[in-house]
Amino acid sequence: MADFLQSGLGIALTIAAQGLLIIMFVMISLLFLVYGDRKVWAAVQMRRGPNVVGAFGLLQSVADALKYVVKEIVVPAGVDRPVFFLAPMLSFVLAVLAWAVIPFNSTWVLAEINVAILFVFAVSSLEVYGVIMGGWASNSKYPFLGSLRSAAQMISYEVSLGLIIIGVIISTGSMNFGAIVAAQDGDYGIFNWYWLPHLPMVVLFLVSALAETNRPPFDLPEAESELVAGFMVEYSSTPYLLFMAGEYIAIFLMCALMSLLFFGGWLSPIPGLPDGALWMVAKMAFFFFIFAMVKAIVPRYRYDQLMRIGWKVFLPLSLGWVVLVAFLAKFEILGGFWARWAIGG
Amino acid sequence: MTVADYAFYAFALVAVAAGLLVVVARNPVHSVLWLILAFLSSAGLFVLLGAEFVAMLLIIVYVGAVAVLFLFVVMMLDIDFAALKAEMAKYVPLAALVGIVILMQLALAYGAWEQAEGALGLRQAVTPDLNEIHNTRALGLLLYDRYIFLFQTGGLILLVAMIGAIVLTLRHREGIKRQNVLAQMYRDPAKAMELKDIKPGQGL
Repeated sequence: MADFLQSGLGIALTIAAQGLLIIMFVMISLLFLVYGDRKVWAAVQMRRGPNVVGAFGLLQSVADALKYVVKEIVVPAGVDRPVFFLAPMLSFVLAVLAWAVIPFNSTWVLAEINVAILFVFAVSSLEVYGVIMGGWASNSKYPFLGSLRSAAQMISYEVSLGLIIIGVIISTGSMNFGAIVAAQDGDYGIFNWYWLPHLPMVVLFLVSALAETNRPPFDLPEAESELVAGFMVEYSSTPYLLFMAGEYIAIFLMCALMSLLFFGGWLSPIPGLPDGALWMVAKMAFFFFIFAMVKAIVPRYRYDQLMRIGWKVFLPLSLGWVVLVAFLAKFEILGGFWARWAIGG
Repeated sequence: MTVADYAFYAFALVAVAAGLLVVVARNPVHSVLWLILAFLSSAGLFVLLGAEFVAMLLIIVYVGAVAVLFLFVVMMLDIDFAALKAEMAKYVPLAALVGIVILMQLALAYGAWEQAEGALGLRQAVTPDLNEIHNTRALGLLLYDRYIFLFQTGGLILLVAMIGAIVLTLRHREGIKRQNVLAQMYRDPAKAMELKDIKPGQGL
């Protein structure tokens, strides 16, 4: 057995099994995230939310997914068929792909690569294609308008996301998630994490993540009140399900990024308690709760406001922060509060 | 052959095929999509070379930003493909001539290409030992230490081009309605809306 696992085929099979495990984790948590999202939303609006299928409505998402799968796929006239069907697959596959480099514990990672954070950033920058292709291939006005909006929106907020991440990279001296989390380890638990030295950027990252994943209050590509459902209007059945799933997985990925970059990943917040994957999952769930609350509480922005915040507020702020952090790290202000190269790099 | 060899042939084949399809695809949007595939497979080739930082930059910059803008522009074009193809046939001889001339020029240039003795060694001397540091760090050390002035000059040239493009296209038309952002932001909320104090768990 041990010999087989060291052989070429054995390694390939192990990687495939690990990949399957991650996909299983993501898909199963997806079912309950959608449910949780709806429950939080309902609670804020003093409704009951899904409560019929299963105990407390826990199986509602399963029922919904099955319903989508068995429905008929309606293909409108005049669509560009290959691109029309490629778009939802692309957005789903890309959303899952980024999980390959996300670690859940110090050794629990499928692909331990040096440029892990850049990989996640690259994959999430590709996600815009699912939206653009879907909007264009539908050969219809609303999807097209929605996809144009989202193309501009996602690119705008990617810029500030990238700059915020650069601040963390400067502090750590490495682009490996393991090193980034290791650099946040210390005697003071929660106060060693990057949220303290990078405090203003945590807020910016959260807002940019909302805009990047087309999540309310920035869900303008699919604004129901004006564009019906944006780029998804012409989609039905499984392709629509793939779009939805891809969107939620991307949001969950942003939660994982938040916890890895600023909140110590699998590190325990209280010194003395053991670190572990459970902390990572708990943090991701917490940030998803924040995302759900934002969706329930904050009213939708206007498109010109969204663009103005992105380019005239977030971009200068995050760019200035990169310069500031570079100086703070270089001259090791506050005893290397911003420079943790010794641990990380 | 090792796995890396198979991967190389797969990426190379896809890159060449996608590049070809960029040119022959009838629909310009499909052309851009094939171009994206070509970029992605070149990124794969970079990874095989051990230059994963360059590969990621290729994806982030070219696929994530430049190609999106291409797609953005191409999607908006209203093109009559039949008329375009008829036009194309007229210009094929001219295009072929231009192509041949450029090919000859390249052949002449590279045919007479001579390297000074030790030039290769000089060029490689500045490269840090890649066994000791990551290629990302090596690239950063070269760009920001040794070639900082060239790097900054390149940035300045891009800045000038950007400002030039803005100056050329920016125009202020008189007599049209314009959004006054400041006036919108400094509106008094008390005049526009009413806040109700709602007890938790009761609703309106």
